[in-house]
Amino acid sequence: MRPFDYQRADGLTHAGQLADADEAAYIAGGTNLLDLMKLQVETPRRLVDINKVGMREIEQTDDGGLRIGALATNTATASHDLVRRNYPVLARAILAGATQQLRNRATTGGNLCQRTRCYYFTNIDQPCNKREPGSGCGAIQGIARLHAILGTSSQCIATYPGDMAVALSALDAKVEIASESGERTVPVRDFHCLPGDTPWRDNVLEAGEIITSVVLPPPVAGRQSYRKVRERSSYAFALVSIASIVEMEGDMIARADLAFGGVAHIPWHDERLSNLLVGQAPDRKLFDKAADLLLEDAQGYGENDFKIPLARRTLHAVLSEATGVDQ
Amino acid sequence: MTETITVNETEYPIPADPRVSLLDFLRQHVGLTGTKKGCDHGQCGACTVLVNGMRINSCLSLAVMHGGDSVTTIEGLGNPENPSALQKAFVEHDGYQCGYCTPGQVCSATAMLQEIDNGWPSDASESLEGEVELTADEIRERMSGNLCRCGAYPNIVAAIRDAAKEDAA
Repeated sequence: MRPFDYQRADGLTHAGQLADADEAAYIAGGTNLLDLMKLQVETPRRLVDINKVGMREIEQTDDGGLRIGALATNTATASHDLVRRNYPVLARAILAGATQQLRNRATTGGNLCQRTRCYYFTNIDQPCNKREPGSGCGAIQGIARLHAILGTSSQCIATYPGDMAVALSALDAKVEIASESGERTVPVRDFHCLPGDTPWRDNVLEAGEIITSVVLPPPVAGRQSYRKVRERSSYAFALVSIASIVEMEGDMIARADLAFGGVAHIPWHDERLSNLLVGQAPDRKLFDKAADLLLEDAQGYGENDFKIPLARRTLHAVLSEATGVDQ
Repeated sequence: MTETITVNETEYPIPADPRVSLLDFLRQHVGLTGTKKGCDHGQCGACTVLVNGMRINSCLSLAVMHGGDSVTTIEGLGNPENPSALQKAFVEHDGYQCGYCTPGQVCSATAMLQEIDNGWPSDASESLEGEVELTADEIRERMSGNLCRCGAYPNIVAAIRDAAKEDAA
């Protein structure tokens, strides 16, 4: 690990002042950052420890939603009574990721900002436009089993690796962000960035900004689930995952909020799927149409070609289960 | 004011170099080598210790971030003369071969039984809100952060089930 200067913040303003230095990074749980610092993928000159600035509360909002502090651990969130009762898709998504040891440290804000697990990104001997702009993308012609099939660019085909954010996207949660100049709120669905020509940019956070909390809307009716397809049954990243909230009214679909993990540089949300599904009677043909729409621009890169049919089948399985249609 | 970390009820000063991981602090500064370094990247779980009662990977945490915290290592759970119920069960069931992952397995399982008492669900739990039944599937899921390259998993699961039963009795 490269030498760095360690500073502990005692409040949000103090954290901002300490981080106003060249190559400073905030550290919360550290499970991703320290891993990358050991690999010298991340080489901050200063670490600003924000573990003592508060922001750990999980509390109801005035409108009946739920505000989750940026430093609430994944364990605290997944085991919280209101999350388990009203937002099971979120509890399920968190529990499907990592291990108990990691979830005990990992925080809400850090989890949203975690970096890709692309093998080229995490190996400093390999080219990677995300880590070293202009060096090329090793994955496009290389080992790409974990990689994206939607929203890729000629610069980067990495995936966003997390599970929690996929559920937050389906729930249409909001990210609350603070900086010296004020506060702003960004929907989770707009928080992460596609790689485009700026693959080094994972999300919309600007220098000096910090996530303070994530806000869930009031609970909605319907069946929630998180289905994760992976190489082994525990402690593996998603090949394809789907967070879903599906409500039936009689024989018709009344709500279908879906988000997809493991397929793109962002938790993937396609509003057109809801528009297609809602108001329709569920059957296999309808699910096929939804999969056609989701995957119309999908592109495989050899090793990850299998993700296209896998995403189709997983969508079928999720919609069948949620609507009670026999597969 | 010098900040300290409490390890197994004894206080130790925090190292000057902020790069020292909690794991290296325990092994090289405190001299407690029961906690093991496997992958040093949070994948194998050999370095698992309890911090304020919660299990974490000590390799993925900096010692300097733990001022005021209370750390329990395998040495703090028991000793050959007076082993904990889990330590005894691991011996009785041969829950290891080479033994390298064992301190992490035992620390992890110690916290896991507490998590189940707390009613926290896992990915293997049928219901998010019901009582957790300690099935083999539950144990395997909850212990997936601890690898055993000798493959002693069946005996590790048996040891944990046994210790949990004793706990409940």
